[in-house]
Amino acid sequence: MRRLLFLLPLAGFFAVAVWGGLALFRDGSARLPPSTLIDQPVPDFALPPLRAGDAAGLATADLNGADPVLVNVFASWCVPCLAEHPLLTRLAEEDGVVIHAINFKDTADAAQAWLAQHGDPFARIGFDPEGRGGIEWGVTGVPETFVVDGDGRVRWRHAGPLTPVIVDQSLMPLLAELGG
Amino acid sequence: MTRALLALMFGLLVLAPAAAEEVFDDPAWEARAQEIGRQLRCVVCANQSVSDSNAPLAADILGVVRERIAAGDDDTAVIDYVAARYGDFVRLRPPFQANTLVLWLAPAAALVLGAGLAVTVLARGGRLRREPEPLTVEEQARIDAVLRAEAGQQPPDPGDHGR
Repeated sequence: MRRLLFLLPLAGFFAVAVWGGLALFRDGSARLPPSTLIDQPVPDFALPPLRAGDAAGLATADLNGADPVLVNVFASWCVPCLAEHPLLTRLAEEDGVVIHAINFKDTADAAQAWLAQHGDPFARIGFDPEGRGGIEWGVTGVPETFVVDGDGRVRWRHAGPLTPVIVDQSLMPLLAELGG
Repeated sequence: MTRALLALMFGLLVLAPAAAEEVFDDPAWEARAQEIGRQLRCVVCANQSVSDSNAPLAADILGVVRERIAAGDDDTAVIDYVAARYGDFVRLRPPFQANTLVLWLAPAAALVLGAGLAVTVLARGGRLRREPEPLTVEEQARIDAVLRAEAGQQPPDPGDHGR
């Protein structure tokens, strides 16, 4: 048996190769490390309003309601945001989900025109042209969607556009569990 | 028409750097910002530091670094600020904590193991196993007897092996 000791490095290589291979072919949507905000209170931020008629934009205090809400980070120049927009609209209008938004690194005119053209399902919108508010949320790009629970804690972050599969399999169950 | 378009494009290209982020006037402060940026990973271009990356997010984070420097934070506090929002993943120098122990210790451990193996093999004269123990006096005597007997024998008759 000791004669087979020489196989040890080969066995070690195979162990590492299998581990690496499994890691490579794992669920690719988890490309970013999980958000540091998960289970943390909503970050400290305050953004001015985007829409002309709004009295206020979006700030930490607005995310302390009794029901879970979504916070969607979008921009008018962002194509995947456009792709997921009908889904958000449906969530807001048909499923009664409250969706707030952060308009990220955009211009007010372009963003308002985009909403006028594609629909505006958002309850509150924070205007973040410099992206400084997004940095508080650890935003790395658009779109990103966060779920904030009834205690003001971030419970979920999805980077990239929402898809029907993600909504059905991850988002809606989570909202149901949080009592939304 | 094309020429005018090209001229416009070049003009815009020239303007672009001027529209870039506000750097510190003081070169020492800017150098410090760039140095901290070199210790932060650009989350979008994950193999580049924030200082090296061209990604807009990297420029934004460098802006945040400058903000924190201006607010009086020391280097550790600045990096902690960014890591609190983007995760330990942004530290290009991984912290020394429970879940990075393997990362930190593995190379040293491999070196120690490899060196130990090399020394052992060299000390044993190029073999992994220990040298067989030298023969005892009785064993040596037995071998000598067998060798003498074989040497004393006549070489076998080649014809005998035909049977």
